Amino acid sequence: MQLTVGPNQFFWKADVWSDFYNQMAAAPVERVVLGELVCSKRLPFYQDHIPAAIETLLEAGKEVAVTSLALVTLKRERKLTAELVDAGVEVEVNDLTTLAYLPKDMPFSVGPLVNVYNEGTLAWLADRGATRICLPPELPLASVTALAAEGAKRGVTVEVWGHGRLPLAISGRCYHARLHKRTKDNCQFACEDDPNGRTVRTLEDQPFLAMNGVQTLSDSCASMANQLEVLRDAGVNALRLSPQTGDFPGVCQVWRNRIDGRIDAAALSERLETLSGGMRLSDGFLTGARGADWSRKREGEAA
Amino acid sequence: MEIVCPAGTPASLRAAVKAGAHTVYCGFADETNARNFPGLNFDRDEMREGVKFAHDHGAKVLVAINTYPRAGGEAIWHRAVADAEASGADAVILADLGLLAYAAKHHPGLRRHLSVQAAAANADMLNFYASEFGVKRVVLPRVLSVPEIAAINAETEVETEVFVFGGLCVMAEGRCSLSSYATGLSPNMNGVCSPASHVEYHDDHGALSAKLGGFTIHKVGADEPAPYPTLCKGCFSAGDATGHLFEDPVSLNAEKLIPQLAKAGVTALKIEGRQRSRSYVAQVVRNFRAAVEAQAAGRPMPEGMLAQLTEGQAATAGAYKKTWR
Repeated sequence: MQLTVGPNQFFWKADVWSDFYNQMAAAPVERVVLGELVCSKRLPFYQDHIPAAIETLLEAGKEVAVTSLALVTLKRERKLTAELVDAGVEVEVNDLTTLAYLPKDMPFSVGPLVNVYNEGTLAWLADRGATRICLPPELPLASVTALAAEGAKRGVTVEVWGHGRLPLAISGRCYHARLHKRTKDNCQFACEDDPNGRTVRTLEDQPFLAMNGVQTLSDSCASMANQLEVLRDAGVNALRLSPQTGDFPGVCQVWRNRIDGRIDAAALSERLETLSGGMRLSDGFLTGARGADWSRKREGEAA
Repeated sequence: MEIVCPAGTPASLRAAVKAGAHTVYCGFADETNARNFPGLNFDRDEMREGVKFAHDHGAKVLVAINTYPRAGGEAIWHRAVADAEASGADAVILADLGLLAYAAKHHPGLRRHLSVQAAAANADMLNFYASEFGVKRVVLPRVLSVPEIAAINAETEVETEVFVFGGLCVMAEGRCSLSSYATGLSPNMNGVCSPASHVEYHDDHGALSAKLGGFTIHKVGADEPAPYPTLCKGCFSAGDATGHLFEDPVSLNAEKLIPQLAKAGVTALKIEGRQRSRSYVAQVVRNFRAAVEAQAAGRPMPEGMLAQLTEGQAATAGAYKKTWR
């Protein structure tokens, strides 16, 4: 089972951003996807640092890809998306617009924000040149199993969301701006104050969601800690770890330890809860009644 | 401009056609369409009869097959496309790449529209769907302003259809799993959002609290109206702020923008609400038909005719006005 570090979903200061990818060069992961996924307005603040980060990661032997935006509407965003083709590394498509710019003979990967729900869609993307697909986090195990089998048949590496706040929705509206009674065009980059997103609570003070500019995430940190064996059996090839602040190299390391059999599911869950500063874990999309659910395993129980 | 009206039942279809709908859209009674609600939609015979009725009255019928087919279950969606064609429908409304490819290959003579659930939000994407799958019309997602819609139409031959009235998705359609995070059921997979099967009301010391999948979506006082607990229109808190952080409990009403949408090159105006009653549908259709005829004839728009029909008495022009964002 490979580990992929997905694109950072949040707005981090440029030096924090660069430090993060320097750390990832030394982290025990096979692949890193970077670039701006959520909001094109953030990109100018760290765009100049991207080539150096790519170089550092490639030198460290990582596979590297750049992501498209999740929602491409403006002319400027179309131009940015078209230019990804010239980045010199693989493009991860997170909005299908990207396919309009990719030459037919250029292999690409598909991110979790593209709706790959069935074999027909996977097959079409494979024919078009997809070599790797990270499935939408919403899929239940039966779908993941069927798609992993189809992927194996067509030579497509199948990845699943392994760790991190779940990307649940993308909008034209910026919720951070709305929270500050501003419009998106005059957002004053309010999302920068919340480098892991801002928790949204119910009126009963139950943590529920997290806002991140135009994106809405889960409050819980999705984790496949208890599902590793199930996913392996299903034929899944890779897990995606989604960046957050704090000891993320530590998160990568405990995941590697779990994959290599050095710690069990319960130990991993416990370590992840500590490393993520007490975030609640969830894996309900895969096996629960609802996405927010968590299949807690007690010590000694089979994973 | 063409008025495209919802029909959740054969009775609504007939009511919409009689009220002046140019086109009606509907779906089969299963998980293949994005309004998979109990008691709604058409069986195969009803679809054939509905299409015949519409055609006899000079109206068209579009069949929405716009959920994302389940892995291992694609045959159900393939059959829906074949049955839509057999019923004589004028087009199918699809969202999934695989299903578009299937329909283009196996039913090349059946006109294909792209559902709003595919959230195609720029001209390059519209042209991509046209060149890859022969899509003739795209229903635009509710994230675009009127000038952006005009810019899209300037760069594509594909027809565009936009929502003008009814429920308002705040998120890009087809790219939202908020509902399944809270309930396990989603628009993409199950054709439902914030399903009634997962709603519970609690009397909380005189206040009515509405929960969805166990999460409190809003609380209202005994005398206040209690809107349906749609997740993205709930009342939540973040930091010091409490309120409708994503969207107020409003619905879309863009009737006043009809002249601008016409100028923007929009082909068709879509009304949301296959779950609505036939009298509601008929009233909305009559009003919009009058409005587009006034627009075509250069007469002023009738004023505020639909205010009483909007959800919770509050309406918004949504993303069509840029400041909404």
